[in-house]
Amino acid sequence: MAFLQLTNIQKSFGPVQVVHNFDMGIDKGEFVSFLGPSGCGKTTILRMIAGFETPSGGTIFIDGKDQGALKPNQRNIGMVFQAYALFPNMNVHDNVAFGLKVAGDSKPEIDKRVKQMLGLIKLEHLADRFPYQLSGGQQQRVALARALAVKPQVLLLDEPLSALDAKIRVSLREEIRQIQQQLGITTVFVTHDQEEALSISDRIVVMNAGRADQIGTPFEIYNTPATRFVASFVGTLNIIEGKVADPAIGAVTIGGQQISLSEPITGAKGGDSISLALRPEAGSIAEGARGDTALPGKVVSRSFLGSVIRTKLRVGEDIISFDMFNDPGMIPPVAGESVTLRFAAKDLLVIRE
Amino acid sequence: MKARRLGAWIAIAIGASYFIVPLLGTLEFSLRMRRDAYSFDAYRSVFSDFQFRETFGYSMMMAVLTIIFGMLLVVPTAYWVRLRLPQVRPIIEFITLLPLVIPAIVIVFGYLRLYNSSSILPLTGSTSGTNMLLMFSYMTLSLPYMYRAVDTAMRAIDVRTLTEAAESLGARWPTILFRCIFPNVMSGVLSGAFITFAIVMGEFTMAALLNRPAFGPYLQLVGANKAYEPSALAVIAFAITWLSMGLLQLVSRFQKSAPAKA
Ligand SMILES: Nc1ncnc2c1ncn2[C@@H]1O[C@H](COP(=O)(O)OP(=O)(O)OP(=O)(O)O)[C@@H](O)[C@H]1O
Ligand SMILES: [Mg+2]
Repeated sequence: MAFLQLTNIQKSFGPVQVVHNFDMGIDKGEFVSFLGPSGCGKTTILRMIAGFETPSGGTIFIDGKDQGALKPNQRNIGMVFQAYALFPNMNVHDNVAFGLKVAGDSKPEIDKRVKQMLGLIKLEHLADRFPYQLSGGQQQRVALARALAVKPQVLLLDEPLSALDAKIRVSLREEIRQIQQQLGITTVFVTHDQEEALSISDRIVVMNAGRADQIGTPFEIYNTPATRFVASFVGTLNIIEGKVADPAIGAVTIGGQQISLSEPITGAKGGDSISLALRPEAGSIAEGARGDTALPGKVVSRSFLGSVIRTKLRVGEDIISFDMFNDPGMIPPVAGESVTLRFAAKDLLVIRE
Repeated sequence: MKARRLGAWIAIAIGASYFIVPLLGTLEFSLRMRRDAYSFDAYRSVFSDFQFRETFGYSMMMAVLTIIFGMLLVVPTAYWVRLRLPQVRPIIEFITLLPLVIPAIVIVFGYLRLYNSSSILPLTGSTSGTNMLLMFSYMTLSLPYMYRAVDTAMRAIDVRTLTEAAESLGARWPTILFRCIFPNVMSGVLSGAFITFAIVMGEFTMAALLNRPAFGPYLQLVGANKAYEPSALAVIAFAITWLSMGLLQLVSRFQKSAPAKA
């Protein structure tokens, strides 16, 4: 049994079931992100771990201990909320000290621990400030320190960065990850931002309508999405519709052209529709680009994203976008231009519905 | 444009004089107890009246008790409704408004029927019982203001998330209520307290019918029997009310935090 073990969790609100058969084991010290669109049940699962919601079915074990009968204040869990939720009547020191006071620690112990926590989030100099005197990013760091001060077994963060602006979001997520690794604390992080999840997680759970579509490392999730939903939600994968020509040798037709995949296609017969995914960075239209597959297309649009230029091509019925590095020495294609897109057939992924 | 401004000022002046002239008249009259000169004789007479001090003190004590018990009732109720029973909020709001709709005299006759000395709970049978009944009736009267003031203050903080944050840190509900919620609705509690104070100090019906030595009935008694003292008392009563209102303004201005609301 894993350190945090969720087994066959169900949750219904009235007649509506919002979490279905959720199973997952999270190891000690692991950083797991729940990624999914709004309303898919991420918060609900987090709240069940914290004890704010009671599962309609299934069990939650932390370190081998069934949490079912425990109230939120009896579980040893740290929680960070999107809206910070600092106590407005207490200064930074007292906010961080709150859980320790509740636990009945002595004053010197509390002061020592608070100091240590404020050192961790680099806000020692703001100990006397009240929440309304802090920026959003500072408030959220204090909230993190407050949650960690009581040495929880599991840290839960529900979209802690959503209320912050883009720059702070990036620096704070790295800070969270660094603190998490330093303390080795088991962490569940909820987000609907795929870049956030990919950049800081050990593993990601991609959620879709109350179910886990795929659980895997960021690398697996990004490179080998298990379902069409994962493929479209994570990254900017191109979905190309094709037809199976010969499953035995992995031959498919895309845009009227036959290409061969590196592997045979299982469970399909000739004439079946098939969805294939291609990462935007896997294709190129440059002269002498490598790749065993070439598709003719027409440039639809291009957008400049700084270090890369994203170009959209029409290939047959599909629009395929691909990225190329911004090279000042190269003239980017213009809309309407006919080009040849080259890529390696092994980069095409067969997508399950 | 200018003419319209002028018109507005005239309207304000008329409105203000409607309030101020009688007040000034009362003040002037209260100073004329001595034949030929202005003096504070009427005030001296009032303050030296043993009954004044007794009834004033009594009402003051009742006001303080009403505020304490009222808050102990209202804050947890408003908190609980916001946290767990948002669907019953309209009902609670309606109930708290009832004292404004039902005349005090009706309420007090209801009390007398329910709690008379031959009932199951004979509160009116003893002095302390009657005092208690009077305090509860004051609580009822101040409920509309008290509940609204507290509920408004609670709207400004995210009660639910604060509660959950405290819970996840191991706190139980008394700690949550008194350390995390109460201090943050203090502005509401205080404004409710000042309004309650003003209401209790001037209340007549309940105290008179329950036959308690409160300030309201005393005002009435003096008004019926003396010439200059009632004016002096009216000015004093006004001063108390205005002091309460002024403090209320002050408190709401000094509420320091602008709570983070996402
Ligand atoms: N207390 C509740 N009563 C009824 N339905 C609820 C309740 N809480 C959540 N739901 C429903 O459960 C579903 C999942 O909600 P949840 O808050 O877990 O989504 P989420 O993945 O966290 O979304 P978001 O990214 O918007 O925060 C939603 O359809 C929501 O309407
Ligand atoms: Mg959510």
